[in-house]
Amino acid sequence: MSEPDITVAIEGLRKRFDAPDGKPFDAIDDISLTVRAGELTAFVGPDGAGKTTLLRMMAGLLRPDEGSLHVLGIDVRADPQSVQNRISYMPQRFGLYEDLSVQENLDLYADLHGVPQEVRRERFGRMLEMTDMARFTDRPAGKLSGGMKQKLGLACTLVRSPDLLLLDEPSVGVDPLSRRDLWKIIDQLIADEQLSVIVSTAYMDEAERCAQIFVFHHGKILADGPPDALRKRAESLGYVADALPDRPARVLQARLIDAPDRIIDAVPKGGDVHFIRRPECDEAALADLLSDTRVQPRDAELEDAFMLLLREHENEPAQAADDANTNKEDGDRYGTAETASPSAGERDGPVIVVRDLVRKFGDFIAVASTSFDVQRGEIFGLLGPNGAGKTTTFRMLCGLLPATSGHLEVAGVDLRTARAKARARIGYVSQKFALYGNLSVRENLEFFAGAYGLRGERKRERVKAVIAQFDLDASAQSGILPVGYKQRLAMAAGLLHEPDILFLDEPTSGIDPLARRAFWRTITSLAQGGVTIIITTHFMEEAEYCDRIAIQDAGELLALGTPAEVREQAGDDASDMNEAFIAIVEQNRARQTREKAAA
Amino acid sequence: MSSASGFHRRLLALTRKEVRQLLRDKSNLFVGLLLPLALILLFGYGLSFDVKDAPVAIVLEDRSPAAQEAVAGIGGSPYLVPVAAANMDEAVRLIRAHKVEAIVRVPVDFSQRRAAGDARIQLIVNGADSTTASAIEGYVNGGIQTASRHIMDRSGSGSGGGITLVQRTWFNEAGVSTWYLVPGLLVLVMTLIGAFLTSLLIAREWERGTLESLFVTPVRPLELVLSKLAPYVVIGAIDMVMCLLAARFLFEVPIRGSLIVIIFASLLYLIVALLLGLFISGTTRNQFAASQMALLASFMPAMMLSGFVFDLRNVPLVIQIVSQLLPATHFMELVKSLFLAGTIWPMVLKNCAILAAYGVLLAFVTGRTLRKRLD
Amino acid sequence: MPMADLIAWLAQTFALVRKEILALVKDPANRTILFAPALMQALLFGYGATYDLTHVPYAVVDQSQGAASTELLARLDGTGVFRRETTLASNAQIGDLIDSGKVLLAISIPSDFEHRLTVGDTAPIQIILDGRNSSTAGAAAGQIGAIVADYGRSLGGSPPITVERRAWYNPNLESRWTLMPAMIAALSFLQTLLLSALSVAREREQGTFDQLLVTPLNPMQILIGKAIPSILVGLIQSTIILLIIRFWFQIPMNGSYWLLYLGLVTFTAAGVGIGMSISALSLTMQQAMLYTFLLVMPLMLLSGMLTPVRNMPQILQLLTYVNPLRFGIDMVRRIYLEGAVFADVALDFIPMLAVAAITLPLAAWLFRNRLA
Repeated sequence: MSEPDITVAIEGLRKRFDAPDGKPFDAIDDISLTVRAGELTAFVGPDGAGKTTLLRMMAGLLRPDEGSLHVLGIDVRADPQSVQNRISYMPQRFGLYEDLSVQENLDLYADLHGVPQEVRRERFGRMLEMTDMARFTDRPAGKLSGGMKQKLGLACTLVRSPDLLLLDEPSVGVDPLSRRDLWKIIDQLIADEQLSVIVSTAYMDEAERCAQIFVFHHGKILADGPPDALRKRAESLGYVADALPDRPARVLQARLIDAPDRIIDAVPKGGDVHFIRRPECDEAALADLLSDTRVQPRDAELEDAFMLLLREHENEPAQAADDANTNKEDGDRYGTAETASPSAGERDGPVIVVRDLVRKFGDFIAVASTSFDVQRGEIFGLLGPNGAGKTTTFRMLCGLLPATSGHLEVAGVDLRTARAKARARIGYVSQKFALYGNLSVRENLEFFAGAYGLRGERKRERVKAVIAQFDLDASAQSGILPVGYKQRLAMAAGLLHEPDILFLDEPTSGIDPLARRAFWRTITSLAQGGVTIIITTHFMEEAEYCDRIAIQDAGELLALGTPAEVREQAGDDASDMNEAFIAIVEQNRARQTREKAAA
Repeated sequence: MSSASGFHRRLLALTRKEVRQLLRDKSNLFVGLLLPLALILLFGYGLSFDVKDAPVAIVLEDRSPAAQEAVAGIGGSPYLVPVAAANMDEAVRLIRAHKVEAIVRVPVDFSQRRAAGDARIQLIVNGADSTTASAIEGYVNGGIQTASRHIMDRSGSGSGGGITLVQRTWFNEAGVSTWYLVPGLLVLVMTLIGAFLTSLLIAREWERGTLESLFVTPVRPLELVLSKLAPYVVIGAIDMVMCLLAARFLFEVPIRGSLIVIIFASLLYLIVALLLGLFISGTTRNQFAASQMALLASFMPAMMLSGFVFDLRNVPLVIQIVSQLLPATHFMELVKSLFLAGTIWPMVLKNCAILAAYGVLLAFVTGRTLRKRLD
Repeated sequence: MPMADLIAWLAQTFALVRKEILALVKDPANRTILFAPALMQALLFGYGATYDLTHVPYAVVDQSQGAASTELLARLDGTGVFRRETTLASNAQIGDLIDSGKVLLAISIPSDFEHRLTVGDTAPIQIILDGRNSSTAGAAAGQIGAIVADYGRSLGGSPPITVERRAWYNPNLESRWTLMPAMIAALSFLQTLLLSALSVAREREQGTFDQLLVTPLNPMQILIGKAIPSILVGLIQSTIILLIIRFWFQIPMNGSYWLLYLGLVTFTAAGVGIGMSISALSLTMQQAMLYTFLLVMPLMLLSGMLTPVRNMPQILQLLTYVNPLRFGIDMVRRIYLEGAVFADVALDFIPMLAVAAITLPLAAWLFRNRLA
């Protein structure tokens, strides 16, 4: 069964699991595909689509229930060890040994794979240089930043050249610079050794590099083909519209998203709004939506095709309409969608004031003299690589961490003296969605309501209100809910006490694109209703939803302003936030090296 | 590359990793080396059944010289401390306040009855602590009987003869409770190291996701098991040496059996305990559950049901069956005999064989929990 | 504090208590771990933990073969405790039997036993005991001594003084009566310590602790909210064991239930305080478990559960003053067996209250100040 140019051959594959609520479901539902050797292949799809399960089956870690699976000509079910001897697999969360140093981790994997010493020296040298980690070889892996950990993980996976490389979302949650470095390594190896690589990813720009893309959803393959072929599906459906004057791009985007019968998807980008219309709807029907702005067609991109596919295969098409209606109601509740959000000057000054904020842990300066303001009703984004200090700043703003020095005022309360008072006015949604898994939705909500001092009639009302607003099932057990649902519940819990300010820590990581759109729609409504939103995110393109953003690196504030201003600061090459971020951080690091050299 | 050298190379690499992790995580070393030391000291010095200087209230309702002679023996006993009480009320107050452990009451008509040959003395003990109470009863009896024998000898009266008991205790002539508690210490320490330390090991790797990455390498389950055992066998051996040194030189417990056999048996049991811990770790895959199970399923039974303190002959059949299922029970029997009695080969061979069988069984099932599959 | 504020404060705290109890009850793993071990251990140890003699196998070498020795041995066998395992022909055979553990003791009656008794001389009998368990050996020797003395008396040579023993609170001096009430305190102590030690550490690892700290709840409220369910669990466990002791093993309870529970609440609170301090101090669950374990072993060993505190050297006795378990056990024994009243056990309350009073606020302080 060995055609030399096919690495993976799958026929009728099925894998069944028991869901947390006891009912079985097909993680992989009758899949057939072939992957060619010497190419970069992408598995694309939302969370839970089955990509990880499929990769694990290819690596021999899970056994298929039905169907055949051959990797490199070997039947994985019969002889997984032979497959494992020849492939390399990097799981989503690569398990580094935190107490061991970088070098020791590398040596361990080299030993396990039986890489000879000479080969090792040369290969390590190359990889450490490519990842800029040569000076960290003695540092314990636990003390590396998130991006460095992933780079090290990749290096450990590649201690020797496998016949097939499997990467499961290697760059999720990693900052753009590290992501770029990771791909440098992969590209180099493909060029040098004609490596066959299968990568599962949620990033469209990574998918675009690949020769072949498979789109997964609910355990099935929706489509496959080279990027061009997929892109063609959305051909002539793409447009770009100017943002409304004096309004953030998200306002227009919200209007468009609220019309799912005509618009499939809309995102703010580069100060404008990119959207795609439904194939069956013609341009004329869009006229009333876009009467007050300029619209031009644009070339379709991979993401458009992807969203098109997802929407087409959504389980309940009616759901989209419901969502839209809910969002519209939100808009009404919080203030009509189009009114100008109360801007600075209308209310009494900024709602968050930060002056010369410093946080030290011993000698280590996590946050160095940072200053900024946030106005009421603003959506303010904190961006930066891991270890930049944004999490620390965030925690100081929430009242979780005391500042070492500086002035910090939240909702009119000086956090250094009266943190408890401030806490009643803010809401907080953490990255892990701090929910009590064994409790039902209602029990979680009732607890948070009680903790925030809501009682009796008011408590009952608010719980009922948020359940309706976020479309929750009151009696469902929260621990077994899908991720998108949990996120809605976490948001609902954070809004029970109608806070002035809402803090969101990486709220969209791990959420599929459709849910992310819905999330931002809610945020937009909230902002319009006067709630101030502080958000941290790894998805650079989501910075476009913000009114203003701050970019931090190594504790320093590098950029502060609207997305347009930041893009400008980055220079001409920055066509999107991703590149702007990279440019700014690199500019800063270069400046620091110069200063150090001069001193 | 031949698979044999691959095996060695991987085993070495994995063992190196385990050792590094062990040394760099201070809390493990703490539990592995300091806790046993603390236990040895606490146990050896703190646990004792030997009653000494137990205060006993003496109420003399008959103050005649005869009465006083009768209770003089109590003062002479090294285990008792007589406390004079004016009357029963005061004595009862003392006993309720736990100021005395027992009351010896010589009734008003003592001398008269003694003349008639039917003298009686009342002893009231606090039954809330039954072992101390029994011991005190023994000592009080002894004290009073000694006195009465003196009386008899002096007066030359009474029937000579009567049955006397000549008692010889083998292995623990002085009946020092430390002698039989300290060997049990070895069992407890080995169980502690084995079950508790290793119970977190595999569960931690599951929770941190490091196993998934390891699985997709040529590594074999056996190599994983052995590499995890290796460093802890060393720690356990160090602890064993500490126990033996303490037993011999600190608590002066004799080691009458062959030292080599003791060491061999200890290492054997250590491996069994380590494997048990690994097994718990591998099945629960969850640090919280693993540590609870380790505590409840291995340490508590080792303390209570292995024959450490409570003699297994006196328990109901069901409990005896349960205790025979514990490896700790067999090691306990081995250890007590080897220390106090000497090398009794049939017993040694039998218990070692049982332990070895446990070892093989556990190694097998632990290996199965590390099968390279995620489902 | 004005009334309205107080009510608000209470309502908030109650929300947390309710959540904690729900989380506890709804976790399937918890349900077994919390109550099954207490039950099982109470039964297992109730039957297994005994110093009493119920089965003493012995060997006999009767070289006199007379009526007296036969009668004596019959009396021995008649107790139901001593079981004649083998009758040996000579003393030389004793060694192997004792070595192998087949018998606990051997009785050797010399050939001139009958003769000496008839003549009126002292007639010695030799018993050889396996000292590997010195308590059992001592107890067996004591019991044989009593039987022999009885027999001697019946033959007419009576010692002039008879000691009549009365044991208060435990008429038959059954060791189970001493051990089991101690279990009421000890077993629940172990569990509640573990539970409270893991409570905060677990929330930290799961990320829900930050969420708690962000709410207006202050550390005191969080402490109370978490402590109350742990105390409740401890009390329930104690009750389970109490019920087993009272109704299954039929050990009568002589004191006041109110006083007992007052004492148990104080005792459990002290335990919870220690557990929560450990939890607040630890950054990971693993640390919490290790510290707990480090602490539990010495606490249990030096508590008077297995061996009396008064037998320990002075230094160790002093150390036990910070061990709530020691006072818990003492108090439970006094109330349960001795029917003590408040005045009797007042001194036991003080150290337990002190431990609770120090550790609970310490835990509250650590919530906010122990940061990753």
